[in-house]
Amino acid sequence: MGMVADPKSQYEELDKFLLTIAGTEDELIKVLHRAQGIFGYLSDDVQYYVAEKMKIPVSKVYGVVTFYSYFTTKPKGKHRISVCMGTACYVRGAEPVLEEFKKELNISCDETTPDGKFSLDTLRCVGACGLAPVVMVGEKVYGHVTPDMVKDILAEYA
Amino acid sequence: MQNYKMHMLVCGGTGCKSANADQIVLNLKRSLSECGMADDVSVTQTGCFGFCEKGPIVKILPDNTFYTQVRPEDANEIVTSHILYGRKVHRLLYKDQTTLESIEDSKHMDFYKKQHRVALRNCGFIDPGNIEEYIARDGYLALTECITSKSREEVIQIVKDSGLRGRGGAGFPTGLKWEISSRYDDEQKYVVCNADEGDPGAFMDRSILEGDPHAVLEAMAICGYATKASEGRIYIRAEYPLAIKRLENAVKAAEEYGFLGEKILGTDFSFKVSLTFGAGAFVCGEETALLRSMEGGRGEPTTKPPFPSEHGLFGKPTTINNVETFANIPVIIRQGAKWYRSMGTEKSAGTKVFALAGKINNVGLIEVPMGTTLREVIFDIGGGIKDGKKFKAVQTGGPSGGCLTEKDLDTPIDFDNLVAKGSMMGSGGMIVMDEDSCMPAVAKFYLQFTQEESCGKCTPCRIGTTRLLELLELICNGEGTMESLEELRRLSSVIKDTALCGLGQTAPNPVLSTLNAFWDEYVAHVVDKKCPAGVCTKLLDYTIHADKCKGCTMCFRVCPAGAISGKVKEVHFIDVSKCIKCGACMDTCKFNAITRG
Amino acid sequence: MSDVTITIDGKTMKVKQGTSILEAAKEAGITIPTLCYFNLENADIACKPASCRVCVVEVEGSRNLLPSCVTSVAEGMVVRTNSKRAINARKMNIELLLSDHPNDCLTCPKSGSCDLQRLTQIVEVRSIDVTGTRRSTVPVEVGKALKRDLSKCIMCRRCETMCSTVQSVYALSAIHRGFPAYVGTAFEEPLSDTVCVSCGQCSAVCPVGAITENDEVEKVIDALADKTKTVVFQTAPSVRVAIGEEFGLPAGTEVTGKMITALRRLGADYVFDTNFAADLTIMEESAEIIERIKAFLNDEKVSLPITTSCCPGWVNFFESQFSDMLDLPSTAKSPQGMFGAVAKNYFTQKLGIRREDMIVVSIMPCTAKKVEADREALKVNGNPDVDIVLTTRETARLFKLANIDFTKLEDSEFDDPLGESTGAASIFGVTGGVLEAALRTVYETLEEKPLKKVEFFDVRGFTGVKTTTLKIAGIPINVAVVHGLANARKVMDEVKAGNPRDLHVIEVMACPGGCIGGGGQPYHRGDGSVLSKRTSAIYEIDKDKKIRKSHENPFIKELYQNYYGEPLSHLAHEQLHTHYTATAKY
Ligand SMILES: Cc1cc2nc3c(=O)[nH]c(=O)nc-3n(C[C@H](O)[C@H](O)[C@H](O)COP(=O)(O)O)c2cc1C
Ligand code: SF4
Ligand code: SF4
Ligand code: SF4
Ligand code: SF4
Ligand code: SF4
Ligand code: SF4
Ligand code: SF4
Ligand code: SF4
Ligand code: FES
Ligand code: FES
Ligand code: FES
Repeated sequence: MGMVADPKSQYEELDKFLLTIAGTEDELIKVLHRAQGIFGYLSDDVQYYVAEKMKIPVSKVYGVVTFYSYFTTKPKGKHRISVCMGTACYVRGAEPVLEEFKKELNISCDETTPDGKFSLDTLRCVGACGLAPVVMVGEKVYGHVTPDMVKDILAEYA
Repeated sequence: MQNYKMHMLVCGGTGCKSANADQIVLNLKRSLSECGMADDVSVTQTGCFGFCEKGPIVKILPDNTFYTQVRPEDANEIVTSHILYGRKVHRLLYKDQTTLESIEDSKHMDFYKKQHRVALRNCGFIDPGNIEEYIARDGYLALTECITSKSREEVIQIVKDSGLRGRGGAGFPTGLKWEISSRYDDEQKYVVCNADEGDPGAFMDRSILEGDPHAVLEAMAICGYATKASEGRIYIRAEYPLAIKRLENAVKAAEEYGFLGEKILGTDFSFKVSLTFGAGAFVCGEETALLRSMEGGRGEPTTKPPFPSEHGLFGKPTTINNVETFANIPVIIRQGAKWYRSMGTEKSAGTKVFALAGKINNVGLIEVPMGTTLREVIFDIGGGIKDGKKFKAVQTGGPSGGCLTEKDLDTPIDFDNLVAKGSMMGSGGMIVMDEDSCMPAVAKFYLQFTQEESCGKCTPCRIGTTRLLELLELICNGEGTMESLEELRRLSSVIKDTALCGLGQTAPNPVLSTLNAFWDEYVAHVVDKKCPAGVCTKLLDYTIHADKCKGCTMCFRVCPAGAISGKVKEVHFIDVSKCIKCGACMDTCKFNAITRG
Repeated sequence: MSDVTITIDGKTMKVKQGTSILEAAKEAGITIPTLCYFNLENADIACKPASCRVCVVEVEGSRNLLPSCVTSVAEGMVVRTNSKRAINARKMNIELLLSDHPNDCLTCPKSGSCDLQRLTQIVEVRSIDVTGTRRSTVPVEVGKALKRDLSKCIMCRRCETMCSTVQSVYALSAIHRGFPAYVGTAFEEPLSDTVCVSCGQCSAVCPVGAITENDEVEKVIDALADKTKTVVFQTAPSVRVAIGEEFGLPAGTEVTGKMITALRRLGADYVFDTNFAADLTIMEESAEIIERIKAFLNDEKVSLPITTSCCPGWVNFFESQFSDMLDLPSTAKSPQGMFGAVAKNYFTQKLGIRREDMIVVSIMPCTAKKVEADREALKVNGNPDVDIVLTTRETARLFKLANIDFTKLEDSEFDDPLGESTGAASIFGVTGGVLEAALRTVYETLEEKPLKKVEFFDVRGFTGVKTTTLKIAGIPINVAVVHGLANARKVMDEVKAGNPRDLHVIEVMACPGGCIGGGGQPYHRGDGSVLSKRTSAIYEIDKDKKIRKSHENPFIKELYQNYYGEPLSHLAHEQLHTHYTATAKY
């Protein structure tokens, strides 16, 4: 992600993946996972493409994409910041941490900064509750986060 | 396996891994080979030890040394001091919370003393990536026994006799479920493992899958044998990449060793296992929603009957069990129903894994016999409340459960007792709250969760949870009235009574249980417009402390409500009636002269 | 199946095992309110998502209230449908729906026939105490066929059931999750930009005002007020057995005469009959059938099976879903299209007026007809052959607006010459009718002798796919009659896969039961008997007609003699036939 990828090779990669599976309707979610991995997000075009390739009504594809919070139809920022709002993190003060990120980045949840650098969202428990409150930036996990750590975390990606 | 003199077990659970456990492994290995000890000491990355709070954990066998909060740069010292010279690294040892003494042998840690590990038997002991280590601990013996020398009926009978009840939440007797499933005839039948684990703050299923994936695979095959199913599917959260990787490897290894696949161990029994990924919807843990999701659709629950046992995946008979339920099966087969029944209570046999979290000292994963009291769990194993604060409540059963209080602490934990107390077992999440927690705010938090996770299919849940949430927001913002509280109750009872699936039916539980146990706190919010725990910011007053105020006028300038008055270099004042509690003044004051309370 | 004994509201009774509590209660004279549920048993169409939770009842021994629509009775069951708990829950669930609803009943197109409005009355919700935010409203969408105001959607899923299970069009799906969820299209695009075939079945079942027909009543009033225009009405075969329901007459009451009178009272210049054009359609279509079958027998390369083309829902469907088989359907325009062509070409000539000075108004059971009238092939220099299409429901509203007390009207007759029709034409309104009508003509043409018995009972009835083999002039002809597009898809997939049953002629009607179940007809409210009664009424009309074969219609003969020459002539091709264009499949 982040890099500008060539759409043609992205579609080719998706085609290649489609060849490795049966392509039956029950594999839709699997394919969407893969497509999001390749394209970074599920644009209308990509959803339409998946529908056509799998011979599934596009309304159904859209119905599925909008049902699951893991799927996103908007491009995310280069660095995706996810604040865990699972119970363990919540009771240990995740909310002020989230507020601090909002304030520092000047965006709300599920938004991306205008420069495309950061996007902010919440997630429910990554299973690292021992480190609560937990924040993920990309793949990296930050544990025991307090509001005053927010500036420093962001600075790492400046 | 080589004959190592010593073993170093490094936790490879998600918690510890995210705190750089991988680097510890590399560093330990490097230090060992630098000292020429690589052939004498093994380094194994295991599943979660359960003591995630103090992770990353490194444990050394055979002396049971338990190092906590290890950093990669500690690796060299551990090797040189402990391995080479036999001197434990004291600063890394776990210290008892009360005596503050270092504990050298983990067996003496309170955290482990009261635990009894059955489902977690291999977590933190074996390398989950190595099937041989599983086999060395009697792995796949139960499956072998079943398919070579036990009839399907015998297998089901053992599970029935063991008294095992489903660990996914509802506590349905597992043996009975298998028996019902086995009655439906169809060429194609399925076994499904529910590894969705949506309860936020609970991570026992993840830890089992990461730490002992073969136990689940073995159990699924046994279930397949007993119910005449030839295909197993694991529905697992996409948010659990490590568990997915370990499961995938385990399936491959089990196939290579002939424990899965065609004609297992030369018998007529064939069973294959594959993985399906979830995509971030809590409701997909509900079994009918899970099936719809596995079929590639929106995870919307459907009415029961028909039950999955009759009409499940693709309309075929399907047995669905939870990860932890499965993890118990191989030991039950090997050690017998009687052994299993000897643990736990009359109606809830065996042990239960809990994910302890919240304002507690030892956050982590524990397994205790059913019937252990909440007090033992929270204070003995959990080490009590963090920072010496006062215990206020514990939420069991996640967003579906309820809050239990001081007076419930001596209740022996089992399925029925928790329900009787207005909560439920759920999957085993246990969130401890201290005096700083505001209960209406906690209820609001849970409702935020269920409202967001509602599938939207049925009226009471789609709209009802939204209205509940809005009422709670009103209350926490100081705009609620006594009527709001009445409305909360009325709405809650209808949602409970009429929602289509378990999500909606249990969504009001956190509201009802806090209303019952903390009525005064609600009244304080709506009548006195005060938040006793000091959490609800809209109910707190901002005050300027004359002794600290330098009269810099900064607060005066940022206040959007024009609530602050004062002259340059003189003490400023806040007009409480005008203040909209935005907090801007407090953020601006460089002299910390403004407080909220 | 064996019977079980149950007690409902104190009444002990025996009911068949497998019956739902709702049905059992009905037998006992207890009407439990429902909202999401409907069941057209005779057409095998049901929607049972159990999502509204309005029909909940108290069952002894059950922890929760249970939805009576999907809960089966069990031996010894004790049910209370009117306990305080059940009543309050029902009330609350309606109240919740209203709390997320625009509640603009006064101006809502559904007002008066809205299930939610009616239930609000029945369960006595007199105030909405639980209030809060509303689902972010989607802008109202006005398409050619349908109007959608999804802020009114209550997620009953009925439209989705029709569009998916019955029609296999899949233009609609539940989208989003939780509070923001509603039933919509992919990417929330307007219906007209999707695969929607405009059949209107979604609007026929939507219990609220979320999907309704695009109301064009006002356009007709404008046309009638314009003194420079000659306003010509045509009325489809199935309207006359349904429109009476809008005025309180029992389903299946035939009101042709009153309908004509009403249209005259509006100020119509001519009231003609689409049935006339249906006879014309049979002339062209049967000629085409005979042509193709003869060519087939001569081993010439020819497109078979031939399918009917009078249903625009079906036409839209095959243009998108079977776009590689566009040579199969008959090229004959639909009766509505043919009528427009005859009126604007032949009849204007006869009257000596310009086509621009004539306004043709169709009274149709159908929302797809609105879109059909907009096709380029139905226009000359931009002027449409059919100017305005009103559905049955709109027409009834027009009558009410014009102060017409319908039931009190005397009967009158269609005008000549485009008002005369045969029994063959009248059965166009039901599934199987078009084929039966065509067979009457094909038979007599090929056998060159009169048909002794004009009824072909094998092609009648509600079965989704009916097939039979007829021997005509020694030739075995395999025919299929299909209604519901999901059934059509099945048959067409089979044809695509090599046509193993060797079908020669296929009739397809998009709507359940044919046009009597059309998307613009008075609401059946889930009562399947309504459709059966309309069907019987149509067959009655046929039976009572003196002339029952299209080719015997004297005015049709005259039309060919004076104008078209013969079926499939050059002029006929130009005016009475059309062509098809492939459209996107997804
Ligand atoms: C809203 C909801 C969420 C659930 N989530 C889970 C889950 O994450 N994991 C699980 O095993 N069971 C979950 N369940 C319970 C399952 O529906 C089902 O009862 C269980 O998987 C059966 O397995 P067991 O008998 O072994 O417990 C959930 C139920 C509901 C109503
Ligand atoms: S209770 Fe909630 S989650 Fe369950 S079906 Fe109803 S809306 Fe969906
Ligand atoms: S900002 Fe602080 S120091 Fe300055 S006037 Fe306000 S309270 Fe006083
Ligand atoms: S909290 Fe906001 S409104 Fe209140 S005094 Fe401070 S700045 Fe003004
Ligand atoms: S849909 Fe029904 S309840 Fe809603 S505004 Fe229209 S008439 Fe009223
Ligand atoms: S029903 Fe009531 S609200 Fe509606 S028009 Fe009559 S008086 Fe007014
Ligand atoms: S008009 Fe027919 S095809 Fe279009 S959305 Fe409605 S039911 Fe589906
Ligand atoms: S649009 Fe109408 S029919 Fe469709 S789900 Fe909404 S309320 Fe039901
Ligand atoms: S069956 Fe009749 S009403 Fe339905 S779409 Fe076809 S022509 Fe229209
Ligand atoms: S709740 Fe945040 S990691 Fe589990
Ligand atoms: S993750 Fe390491 S102890 Fe739990
Ligand atoms: S009518 Fe039974 S739930 Fe809607």
